[in-house]
Amino acid sequence: MTAANETAMQRDRAVTIFEKGQAGRRAFSPPPLDVPERALDDLIPRRLRRAEPARLPEVSEPELVRHYVKISRRNFDLDTGFYPLGSCTMKHNPRLHERVAGLAGHARLHPLQDPARAQGALELMWNLERALAEVAGLPYVSLQPSAGSHGELAGVLLTRAYHEDRGEQRRNVLTPDTAHGTNPATVTMAGYDVVKVGTNADGGVDLDDLRAKADRETACLMLTNPNTLGLFDPNIAEIARIVHDVGAITYYDGANLNAVMGISRPGDMGFDIVHFNLHKSFTQPHGGGGPGSGPIAVADHIAPFLPRPVIVRHGGEGSNGSAREFDLDYDRPKSIGRLRGFQGNYGCFVRAYAYIRSLGGSGLRDASEVAVLNANYLLARLRQLGVCDLLPPAYDRICMHEFALTGAPMKAELGIRTLDLAKRLLDYGYHPPTVYFPLLVEEALLVEPTETETKETLDAFAEAIAAILTEAREDPEIARNAPYTTPVRRLDEAGAAKQPVLRQPLG
Amino acid sequence: MTRYTAVTDVDRRAMLEAIGIASVDELFAAIPAAVRRSAPLDLPEGLGEAAVYAELRELAARNTSVEDEVSFLGAGMYDHYVPAVIDMLMSRSEFLTPYTPYQPEISQGGLQVMFEYQTAICELTGMDVSNASVYEGPSALAAAAYLAKLTNGRTRFVISRAVHPHARETLTTLCAGYGMSVTEVPLADGVTDLAAWGSAIDDDVSAAFFSQPNYLGAVEDPAPLVAAARAHGALAVCSADPLTLGVLEAPGNLGVDVCVGEGQTLGNRLDFGGPSFGFFAARDEHVRRMPGRIAGETVDVDGRRGFVLTLQTREQHIRREKATSNICTAQALNALAGVVYLSWLGRQGLVELGELLVQRTAYARETLGALDGVSLLHSQPAVREFAVSLEGFDLEAVRRVIARCAAEHVNPGHPLGIDYPEYQSGLLVAITEQRSRAEIDLLADVLGRAVAAERAGAQTAHGGGEAR
Repeated sequence: MTAANETAMQRDRAVTIFEKGQAGRRAFSPPPLDVPERALDDLIPRRLRRAEPARLPEVSEPELVRHYVKISRRNFDLDTGFYPLGSCTMKHNPRLHERVAGLAGHARLHPLQDPARAQGALELMWNLERALAEVAGLPYVSLQPSAGSHGELAGVLLTRAYHEDRGEQRRNVLTPDTAHGTNPATVTMAGYDVVKVGTNADGGVDLDDLRAKADRETACLMLTNPNTLGLFDPNIAEIARIVHDVGAITYYDGANLNAVMGISRPGDMGFDIVHFNLHKSFTQPHGGGGPGSGPIAVADHIAPFLPRPVIVRHGGEGSNGSAREFDLDYDRPKSIGRLRGFQGNYGCFVRAYAYIRSLGGSGLRDASEVAVLNANYLLARLRQLGVCDLLPPAYDRICMHEFALTGAPMKAELGIRTLDLAKRLLDYGYHPPTVYFPLLVEEALLVEPTETETKETLDAFAEAIAAILTEAREDPEIARNAPYTTPVRRLDEAGAAKQPVLRQPLG
Repeated sequence: MTRYTAVTDVDRRAMLEAIGIASVDELFAAIPAAVRRSAPLDLPEGLGEAAVYAELRELAARNTSVEDEVSFLGAGMYDHYVPAVIDMLMSRSEFLTPYTPYQPEISQGGLQVMFEYQTAICELTGMDVSNASVYEGPSALAAAAYLAKLTNGRTRFVISRAVHPHARETLTTLCAGYGMSVTEVPLADGVTDLAAWGSAIDDDVSAAFFSQPNYLGAVEDPAPLVAAARAHGALAVCSADPLTLGVLEAPGNLGVDVCVGEGQTLGNRLDFGGPSFGFFAARDEHVRRMPGRIAGETVDVDGRRGFVLTLQTREQHIRREKATSNICTAQALNALAGVVYLSWLGRQGLVELGELLVQRTAYARETLGALDGVSLLHSQPAVREFAVSLEGFDLEAVRRVIARCAAEHVNPGHPLGIDYPEYQSGLLVAITEQRSRAEIDLLADVLGRAVAAERAGAQTAHGGGEAR
C-alpha cells in the first residue's frame, strides 16, 4: 500500500492524550474552598507530600472528548459487525442492561451500606444465585469471583480446602490438553501440579489415559464440556465416575456453558464445582477486555468452604418487610475467605439478572439451541461452499456452539496461513475467529457465531471466507500482506516485545 | 424466538436442511439421555423490556444510594464525582462491546487507551511500568504477593494491620494455595508500628505490605517502612489510593518495588463494590513477572505508529502452568474511565482536588472531634478520611448511632469494630469533594445528637432500643 492510497484514518497517525493540550488547559473546575484554609504544612508535613505534580494531560473538555471519540473509531466492535471469536461468546449486549445498571439505586450504592438499607441489591444477588444454581444443577452459589480465571482459582482453592478438611494432602490437578491456558495457570497458583490428560480420536477425554493418571494424589479434574473443540464429551458420566472413585473433585469450566443452558446441567453431568462467565453466557459487554464476572456454583459437600461473606435469607419466604430479610453472613468458620474486596462485580450481576428475567428458563434454552444451530449451519455453509476442502473441521462431528477448523490443507495448497486468512478477514469487515487455539489443532481457527446473529450474517461470512480462498488461489500475496484498509496494518509484535515501550516518555 | 435471537421457522427449516438433519434435537444427540434435560429450567417466564426495567427499578428503589442520603461512607470506595464525559465514553459501542484486543489492527483504540492508562499510572505512582489493570484493589495486592513469591521464593509475607481488611483477607486466602504464611503488624497511634514492623521482617520475608493512606485514613511515613523491607531483601509493596497522589509523595520516589491499589476513585462509580479496576505498577526489574495484559508501542509494516499487547510470554495462553498469573483479561472499560478521569482532572486539577480534600477533611475532623462524646482515634495527618471514637460505645452501640443518623438521611460512616475488635467504638468518616461544609456541619449536628441520644438511652433503658 502506498501513501497515495492510504485511507484517511491511516493518514491520521496515532497521537496520545499526553501529546495533546497545553500547560494551563483544564476540563475540571474544583468546588470552592468553603472551609477555613489552613497551612498545608500544618496538616501534612512537607516531607510526606509530593514535590513535583504528576505530569498528567492538560486538556479542555472538548479536546478530551474529541480525542477519545476519535481513537474509539480505531476499534472494531460487536455493534458494528460479526465477531465470531471462538470461546469468547460475543453475543449481543442489550442496552436495557446498561440502563438498569445505571439506575442510581444500583450504580451509586455504596458497598458498605448497611444491609438493611441495601435490601434490593441483596435480593437481586440472592435471586441471581438461585437462577445460576438452577442452570448449574448445583445448590450453592458464590457471586464473588471477578472473572472466569478468578472463579477457577476459587474452585481449586475450594478443592484444596475440601481435601484438607478431610485430612488429605493431594498434589495433582488433571487438565485435558485441550484446556484453556487459564486452567493450568490456575493450578500452579493454587499450589498444585498439572497432570495433562490426552484427547481421544473423537476429540473427547482419552479415558484410558484418565484412568492411568487419576489416583489418590489427584485433587481435582478441570474440564470444559463442551470442550474447546466445541464438542460435547459423551463419556462425561464415566469421566466423573473415574475421578470420584479416587476421591477427587470434578470442576466444570463454564466457558462453554452457552451451548447447554437448560439442555444439560453440569451438576447432572457429575460436576461438584462450576464457574460461570457472566460476560459470556449472560451477556455482559466485554469492555475491550474486562470487566467480567465469574460466579461459582457448588455441591453440598463444597458449600461450607465457599468464599465469605455469603448472602442469606432470614425467615424464608413470606418474611418480606423485615428490615434485614437478606443479609451478608461472615460467620463461616470453614470458608476459604475472601477472594477480593466487597461483594463482587455487582454491576455485572444487575445485567445478568436483567438478562435472565428477559429470557426466562425457556429463553435461555432457546439461546443455547440457536447458538448450536447457528454454529452447525455456518459449518454446513462452509462445506457447501467448498471452504472445508481447505479448512476441514478438526473433528468431523455435529458441533456444539463452536467448531474448530484446521488450516493445514490451506497452508499446504495455497501457501497462506491461518493468520493470513484472519488478517484478510479484517479487510472484509469481520472480526476473525480465534486463531491458533486449541493448541492441538494445527493452524487452528475456532469459530463461535453465537445465537444473536442472523442467518444472513452467517451466509455473508461464509461467502467472505470462500472469496478469500478463491483470491488466494490466484494470488496468495494478497492475504499474506493483508490487511490493507485497517487504521494500521500488520504490526511488529516481535519488536514490541524485544524493546518494550510500555508508556509514553514525557519530557 | 427471544428478542435477541432471529431464527424464524423458515430460517430453521433451511438451516436444518443445510446441516442435513431433521430437528434441532438431533444437534444434541451427543449428549447422553441421562444428562440431557427434558424438563424446562425452573425459572420464571421471560418478560418484555419494559417489565424487566420496572422490576430492576423497583429493586433499585429499595436501596439507599448516595443520592438518597448525605453519605460519609468510604473505607475503600468513595463517592467522588464522576464526570459526564465518562458515562458518554464508556457507553460508546467501540469501547463497550469489543473483547481483548487479539487483532491489534482493528483494536488500536483500546490498545492506545491501555498505553495511555499505563502512562498515567506510572506518572501518578512514580513507578517505571504498569500493566493494563487487574480485577480490583485487594486482589491486586495479592497479585503483588505472587510476584514477590516468584521473585525470591521466600516463605512469608508481612502486612500492616492498617491495610484494608478485605485486602489482608484476600492475601491470606490466595497465598494459602501456594503455602505462604502471613504475619500482621499492629498499629501505634493509627499507623503501622515501626518497631513491630522492623522486628517482623527477616530474611524469610518475601514481601512487606503497607497502605497509603491507610485504612484508618492516616498518612503513613513510607520511607522507614520501605527501608526496613529492603534491608532484608524483601519487596516493599505499597497499596495506594491513587486520588491522594496529587498531595502525597509518589510511592515510586520512596523506593517501593510494587505499587498497587483500588482504582474506583478514578472515575468509577460505586456499583455496590464493582466492577472497578485494580492498578498494578512496578519497578522495571519486575516487568517480566508482572500479571495481566500490557500494551506496548510499535510500528506497522508501513512505519505507522501502533500499539499491541506485549510481553505475552508471561501469560497463561502462552506459558500455561508456567505463567506468572492466571489472569486473562484486564478491566479495560474501568481503566478507560480511570485515564479519562485523570485527563479530565489534569495536572493541576489532581493537586487542587487533593488539597481541597485535605482542607475539608481537616475541618470535618476538628468539627467532629469537638463533639461531646466524640474524640479523634489518631492524630496522624489525613487526606480524605479519618477515624473517630464514639467514646465508651461498643460495635452495637456504634451501629445504633449510625441507624439514628440514617433516620435523618445522614450516613456518618463505617463502624471500625466490624474488622477491628480493638476499635469497638471506632467510626471511619470519609470526606469527598461532594461533601460541602454545610453537609459536614449537618453531620456534626446529627451525629452529636445521635451520640447524646444513644448515651441517654443506655442510661435510662439499657439495651437502648433500635432507632428505626
